[in-house]
Amino acid sequence: MTGPGNGERAETGTPLLEVSDLVVHHGQLRALDGISLRVFPGEVYAIIGANGAGKSTLLRTIAGLHHPTAGSVRFDGRDVTGLRPERRARQGILMVPEGRRLFGSLSVDENLQVGASYARPGPWTIERVYEMFGWMRERRNQLTAQLSGGEQQTVAIGRALVANPRMLLLDELSLGLAPVVVQRIYGMLPEILATGLTVLLVEQDVSQALRVASHLQCLLEGRTTLEGRPADVTADQVEAAYFGLAPAASTGQAGEGSEP
Amino acid sequence: MAWVNAIIQGVLTGGLYALFACGLSLMFGVMKVVNLAHGDLAVVAGYIAIGVIAVTHIPVLWSFLIVVPVMALLGYVLQRTVIQSALDRSVLTTLMVTFGLSVVIENGLLQFFTANSRAIGSGLPLVSGSFRLGSQIQIGYLLVVVFAVAVVVLLGLQYFLSASRYGRLIRAVADDREAAQLAGADYRHVFGIAAALAFGTVALGGIAYGMYSQLSPTTGTDTILLFAFAAVVIGGLGSLWGTLVGGVVLGVAQQIGAQINISDELLAGFIVFLAVLVLRPQGLITRRAQS
Repeated sequence: MTGPGNGERAETGTPLLEVSDLVVHHGQLRALDGISLRVFPGEVYAIIGANGAGKSTLLRTIAGLHHPTAGSVRFDGRDVTGLRPERRARQGILMVPEGRRLFGSLSVDENLQVGASYARPGPWTIERVYEMFGWMRERRNQLTAQLSGGEQQTVAIGRALVANPRMLLLDELSLGLAPVVVQRIYGMLPEILATGLTVLLVEQDVSQALRVASHLQCLLEGRTTLEGRPADVTADQVEAAYFGLAPAASTGQAGEGSEP
Repeated sequence: MAWVNAIIQGVLTGGLYALFACGLSLMFGVMKVVNLAHGDLAVVAGYIAIGVIAVTHIPVLWSFLIVVPVMALLGYVLQRTVIQSALDRSVLTTLMVTFGLSVVIENGLLQFFTANSRAIGSGLPLVSGSFRLGSQIQIGYLLVVVFAVAVVVLLGLQYFLSASRYGRLIRAVADDREAAQLAGADYRHVFGIAAALAFGTVALGGIAYGMYSQLSPTTGTDTILLFAFAAVVIGGLGSLWGTLVGGVVLGVAQQIGAQINISDELLAGFIVFLAVLVLRPQGLITRRAQS
């Protein structure tokens, strides 16, 4: 149970996103049990954890799709806990949902246009997305069902980008995609970050998350088990936090592929 | 020749049925609401037209300029209040709520306007006039105009849905409401716009039927809603042009039935309706792109 206070973080100024003591129930189940986090501008903040740890619930609650029983979500200093998802989107919290969720009867171009319907002013336009992904312009009139999984995921990211988010929520980008494709998609992250947005992502693939994250938080059964910078946590700590083992029991072999 | 005449009359009546049906199909396609008050709203539109004409003395044909916006506004308001709160509970609740709405409207009309039938613009050359093709085929101007209106309405709807910002949002919300919210769309507002379109189109259907035949407080359920359902099912659920195809098939079947025996007109239409349900339940036209 590592607490916060890993000094090195730029904790001056106000966090862009501040989640305090969030409790979310799915019926009787306590899916989130007092989660807090602070994401500062420009960070790539990764939430890791096993299946059912509450990662997606956390992201969906931040996006406004679940209503917390207790706790608050503040965005850019304002309390958005009671706002509907579409209001949060218009304020710049954009989520790329798990499973991509593209509009199946709309073309690639129309998907992007829907994404841009309530866009804030900013650097991203449909044209810029097409410049970044040349293939997308060529296939703009195709239905998204005709695209591969990786291409669909890219369109889903594009659909969020054209709204000019300040905070991009990425829910399990790697789900159902080949490792090469996952690498390529995460490879786009620096270019996206360069336009000045902040990323909060949820990822089951721990090694991938450690590779891109500037800060990480591990959830287990709705609680935080580890938090810190990837450089400051050891593979053993991550493994223990991920599976809920006794913390730092052994110092020996590293967990599979999760070296920072 | 009598058969050719029957088919021509049937095709033209299909335009009227498409006006009844396209709004029903749109509301089902977008928000999964089966609006059982759909036909009664057409009747309400007809009665409003009668009132507007009596009070303002505007030409009968131009009454739609007032009636359609009024009904569209009513559609938006009803959707945002009564129908949305039913939807928030469950889709099934909307069946009960719209059924209740239907009962309330019919009894309200009976209370205030009696059970008498009323016609719109009887005596106008457009309504009673016709032209001849050969010696046996006689075509009323009105049905030709109504058919043309139906085609224009469907073209307009198609253009709106495919090319406009709100049309795109309507299709996006119909595909995945939650994903549309995440893109910033308020689906309740989008539903309201879809309902406004549906009410506006069925208002045209109500006025047209008042000119073609007569309106009484029960016309909405015993005629308009039934024909709208039949046209939607024959044409294919959720398909816009399918409502015209379905309307035409229904109209032709009715006219051919009437040709065989005048009392078989309605029966023939519903036999085709049942046959389609059994043999091709997805309808004659299927929507592109299921995902």
